[in-house]
Amino acid sequence: MASDARKALFEPLFSNNPIALQILGVCSALAVTSQLSVALIMCLALTSVTAFSNLSISLIRNHVPSSIRIIVQMTIIASLVIVVDQILKAYAFDVSKKLAVFVGLIITNCIVMGRAEAYAMKNGPWNSFLDGIGNGLGYSIILIIVGAVRELFGSGSLLGYQILSPVSEGGWYTPNGLMLLAPSAFIIIGLTIWAIRSFYPEQVEKPDYEMQNAHNAPAHGAPGGH
Amino acid sequence: MILNINKQCGFFHLPNDNIVKTIGVAALLCLVCSVIVSGAATLLKPTQVANALLDKKNNILAVSGIDLTGKSVADAFSQIETKVIDMATGEFTDAVDPVTFDQRKASKDSDYRVELSGDQDVAQIGGRSKYASVYLVKEGDAVSKIILPIKGYGLWSTLYGFIALEGDANTVSGITFYEHKETPGLGGEIENKKWQASWDGKKIVDASGQPVIQLIKGTVSPETPRAEYKIDGLAGATLTSNGVTNLVQFWMGEDGFGPYLEKVRAKQSQASAMADKNTLEQG
Repeated sequence: MASDARKALFEPLFSNNPIALQILGVCSALAVTSQLSVALIMCLALTSVTAFSNLSISLIRNHVPSSIRIIVQMTIIASLVIVVDQILKAYAFDVSKKLAVFVGLIITNCIVMGRAEAYAMKNGPWNSFLDGIGNGLGYSIILIIVGAVRELFGSGSLLGYQILSPVSEGGWYTPNGLMLLAPSAFIIIGLTIWAIRSFYPEQVEKPDYEMQNAHNAPAHGAPGGH
Repeated sequence: MILNINKQCGFFHLPNDNIVKTIGVAALLCLVCSVIVSGAATLLKPTQVANALLDKKNNILAVSGIDLTGKSVADAFSQIETKVIDMATGEFTDAVDPVTFDQRKASKDSDYRVELSGDQDVAQIGGRSKYASVYLVKEGDAVSKIILPIKGYGLWSTLYGFIALEGDANTVSGITFYEHKETPGLGGEIENKKWQASWDGKKIVDASGQPVIQLIKGTVSPETPRAEYKIDGLAGATLTSNGVTNLVQFWMGEDGFGPYLEKVRAKQSQASAMADKNTLEQG
């Protein structure tokens, strides 16, 4: 059991990362990563929603009629997201203004739904809770990498502290405007996936089809050949 | 009681696909979720309202140019006098309490709302409150800055902001937008501090007394004719730029704060005439 729990918590970090391997939840990873502080709050919000939605869905999993299970999951997730949104508005007002609609959009984040349906419906509450935290942290790692790169090269600062002094304030660094726009997050996520897959080659997907040289193709024995 | 528990146990022992159980689970879930959601909303409401108020004060302070170093918001805000004026006459009014008066709410309240006709409504806001908040920064007895709330439609959304005028009620000393949903990087550049700073020192009305301040396409250079009434447009955001021009002209014009500003200007010229007379007599 302990190994199950450890697997639930740590596997999603690198070896089964929700963004890098499953390519889920990319929308918000593009939208909220232009500043590291905003990305951090988003990670916290998503991790707590995933953990608690997994926990509560796992608690009631034996009583959820399969015909309405998706809507049951959605209702629980939506309620949790509203609660998180209200808490942010009360205790992190500035950040909640920057996150704006993206906290609400956690409801439709594939990671939350995916974990509820794939894990929490079949496993016990404690493991499900850990799985939620693990997947939230897996999402967070990518968001933190993307957020740190974008803020550092886009505005020359990290968490608001100026690190590279920009030209506009008499320094030497010319901020890279592209980094502040959403497409740069695509590029950084792509590079991160490349790095992770170089480290875990088993994550590389098989190509859908392979080009073959017609003359050297191995004989299949089938009539007609290529 | 025992019957009740039995019934409940019976309910939870029903097969999951039973219609009674399906409806029962759905109803129970909705009940629990709605209690949690409404509980959170009600409990946190006071904190959220306080945050929104603090945010508004912060925005007013940001545009006021008051030095904030080493002061709390409440402290700094005590230098600002909140007043309410009657938009039609431009006079201060005691009809509502200036501290609790919420102009945004009032503009939707039928007791206060004044509808605007099509050609009046250049800022595309439909109507406005008949009273409006003004925030005055005083140095001694003289008003050194007048801060006015402004709003109007941009491309996607209503822009909410404040504009600060010097004591002459004609020179801009600051502008800020605190709420909008324009495209980041294009219309969203109305938040850009550098662009906001380019408003400093611009004039609202010319000799004709009409508000002529406007955003132009491209940048304003010293050679631009009447450069003191012109502000750089936002690159790639013509409609937001037009929206800003319209809303500033509306609020500075006769259907907005015009009557009030007119009075302040008249008082100013009277005062300076008096001062001139005094210096003449002394000289």
